[in-house]
Amino acid sequence: MIVPLPHVLVLAAILFSLGTGCVLAWSSNVIMLLIGIEIMLNAAMLVFVGGSCQWGMVDGQVFALMIIAMTSAEVSLALAMVVYLHRRRKTVDADEFSELRDH
Amino acid sequence: METYLFYILAIVTVIATIFAICEKHPVHAIVYLVTSFFALAAIFYLLSAPLVAMFEIIIYAGAVMVLFLFVVMILDLGHPEHAKRPGLFHWLPAVLLGEVILLSLGLMLSVRSGAPVNPPALSVQDFAVTLFGRYGVAIEIISMQLLFAVVGALYLGRRRKS
Repeated sequence: MIVPLPHVLVLAAILFSLGTGCVLAWSSNVIMLLIGIEIMLNAAMLVFVGGSCQWGMVDGQVFALMIIAMTSAEVSLALAMVVYLHRRRKTVDADEFSELRDH
Repeated sequence: METYLFYILAIVTVIATIFAICEKHPVHAIVYLVTSFFALAAIFYLLSAPLVAMFEIIIYAGAVMVLFLFVVMILDLGHPEHAKRPGLFHWLPAVLLGEVILLSLGLMLSVRSGAPVNPPALSVQDFAVTLFGRYGVAIEIISMQLLFAVVGALYLGRRRKS
């Protein structure tokens, strides 16, 4: 372990809070909101990898790989939905997509 | 040496992420985020996870971010004169909750205990054996999930008649 684990956790927490702030602040743009989710998932991956390095077990890296696979599936679906919604409403403002019913 | 490298890369990651969040132009934000992910991949390599670092670069910085760029270009969102930054009122709860997280972090650091341990080095071979041995079922489930994502994206992306 090249650095103590708490320092890795501090970096992960800073990244996670930045991602949370991005999600909370950018309700006017769905794409920036998805970017915030990406940042948070990366922080979670950093925690897994740091833990696996600290205790010498590869399980954490396996779960980081699972997170990557999950993220690629999530991003493809979410971006397809953004394109779909933009085709209907001509906007990417998240506040506009508040109704389930068609007009 | 590696320790200093970790701190330098950590600073690069955080600064690039801050720029990505505050940028109002989506394309610039995505490019900053690619920088951040490259630095994070180097951190993964330093934490003895070379395979995860490679996947981070190939899948995150390569595929996912390029997918974001494609969508920005398809929807024609790359006009900085039309983009608007969220106002101060929107940033307030974000900053407040971030402060809470960082404060609890400081609390955690002040009460930490335990001696540092020196674990055995991790090799790619261990990783592969664990991945396809103990977590073989998880691989199958992940492949099913990717298949469902493809079907869902195709369903959402098709053109309707009306």
